[in-house]
Amino acid sequence: MATKKPATPAKKAPAKKPAAKAPAKKPAPAKKAEPAPAPEAAAPAPLTNPTWETVQIARHPERPLFMDYLNAWDPAAIELHGDRLVADDPAMYAGLATIDGVPVVIVGHRKGRTTEEKIASRFGMANPDGYRKAMRIMRLAEKFHLPIVSLVDTSGAFPGLDAEARGQAEAIAKNLADMSVLKTPIVVVVTGEGGSGGALGIAVGDRILMLEHAIYSVISPEGCASILWRDGKMAPVAAEALKLTSSWLKKLGIVDSVIPEPKGGAHTAPAKAIEAVKKAILAEIKALQKLPIDELVAKRYAKFAAMGRF
Amino acid sequence: MAWFTKAPEAPLRVPTEALWNVCKKCGAWTPKDEYAANLKVCPHCGAHGRLSARERIDLLADKGSFVEIASEVIAHDPLTFRDATDAYADKVAATREKTKMGESIVVGTAKIEKIPVVLGAMDFRFMGGSLGSGTGERILQAAEKARALKCPLILCTASGGARMQEGIVSLMQMAKTCAAIQRLRDEGLLYVSVMTDPTTGGVSASYAMVGDLNIAEPKTLIGFAGRRVIETTIKQKLPPEFQTSEYLLEHGFLDKIVARKDLKAFLAKTIRLLTAAK
Repeated sequence: MATKKPATPAKKAPAKKPAAKAPAKKPAPAKKAEPAPAPEAAAPAPLTNPTWETVQIARHPERPLFMDYLNAWDPAAIELHGDRLVADDPAMYAGLATIDGVPVVIVGHRKGRTTEEKIASRFGMANPDGYRKAMRIMRLAEKFHLPIVSLVDTSGAFPGLDAEARGQAEAIAKNLADMSVLKTPIVVVVTGEGGSGGALGIAVGDRILMLEHAIYSVISPEGCASILWRDGKMAPVAAEALKLTSSWLKKLGIVDSVIPEPKGGAHTAPAKAIEAVKKAILAEIKALQKLPIDELVAKRYAKFAAMGRF
Repeated sequence: MAWFTKAPEAPLRVPTEALWNVCKKCGAWTPKDEYAANLKVCPHCGAHGRLSARERIDLLADKGSFVEIASEVIAHDPLTFRDATDAYADKVAATREKTKMGESIVVGTAKIEKIPVVLGAMDFRFMGGSLGSGTGERILQAAEKARALKCPLILCTASGGARMQEGIVSLMQMAKTCAAIQRLRDEGLLYVSVMTDPTTGGVSASYAMVGDLNIAEPKTLIGFAGRRVIETTIKQKLPPEFQTSEYLLEHGFLDKIVARKDLKAFLAKTIRLLTAAK
């Protein structure tokens, strides 16, 4: 799933007129009206919709990646390696950085830009060692009262023989439990793909932010389509049904706020997007640092406890 | 068409399934009553068949001691999800009708050899035992109940993972349940996870794996990613014992594999030993 490279380019400039009448001939598989989170590109492909276009933007090859953010914020950041157990997972970054003078611990999925980097980091799909490394460094943040910034961008945790043998499930589960009680502020930003448990493994926090065209889902649209539609090609329809866009996640109370992207997506003006994310993170850290730690942790619990309570 | 040339609509057969259990693992036939008396464990190969939540509770709780809580929490449809053929809401309604359950887990207070506990058991028949918002909420309430009563929490899992029809809300239940259990553990209370067949995906990667004790029944399927997905990703065949409880024990993720007939006594004994100093 993860190695799939989106072929679809970003959307074109919207047509002069609202293309309301144009697709009259289409069989219109859409079931629900998407509350217009994404651009209104008129794509001729048989199976597409605004949600699917968002998926393409979230996976766009030129979309800013973890290292783009970090290098822009702090080119002198110090990466810290290893889980002190078996390995150092390049698919997960963990380190110390200063963002506009604010010292933080930063963790995030590293997808890699060049082919070599991508292969080395398994396209951003972390092994258990990656989750354990992230947790180890987040513990360091707790010890020294540093805020944690976590950037989420993965299609999922790596599905491999070694990953299972070394306890992928246990590593993620442990992070969920431990992050829920970590005594320091945690700001999570879903920057690209928020793929299932592999994303959630570093995404328990006090504030969950999401870029406008990022996605966050329990399963990839392709995986969902192949199970529930018995046809991976129905991914665009599954994507829509999964409601994995930032506007839906905001509505569902999963993310606290959505960071707007430059017109067309973050890749059209990366510097602008990177700056916007920085500002959003710093504002959140500032607000969270005012709270007494016990209140912060209690609020974090209340936040997740309320999710899916009807 | 003459009646004698017409093919019979279905081949003649004796409806044996009413009388016999055919083991899914070894194919051995066991009379149903004998199979039930053996706690749905195949007497030939030892394969542990799936129990319903109620059967699991009957197995573990002292007779008449179980009092269900959070039964008013039921499955919800936050996405108004529809797949190729069905609306999720209809599927849930049909499942509720069939299983007489409101969600994929039943939780409540109980006694195990007279020790008060909070006990939960998942039921694979309810949407594959998947983790929905109602499941997560029931687990959270179970954990909070155990915290209030200062007693151990025991959860028996049987699940294919997160319930994708509830999308991101389902994913968040992984964090929610782990957070509730972590609070319990931080207060010095015991949490025992009993993994039964199957325990996979998002359930294995959340409350199933964070037990003070992680226990499993023999030959249980336990794992995060699906076998087929892994085989396609790494382009190699996986060994047959991969993702069994025996495999997990060998790799250090289980405290013990306990046969079904010994499970109740094992839980009672470990709870007594662990809480002896309190």
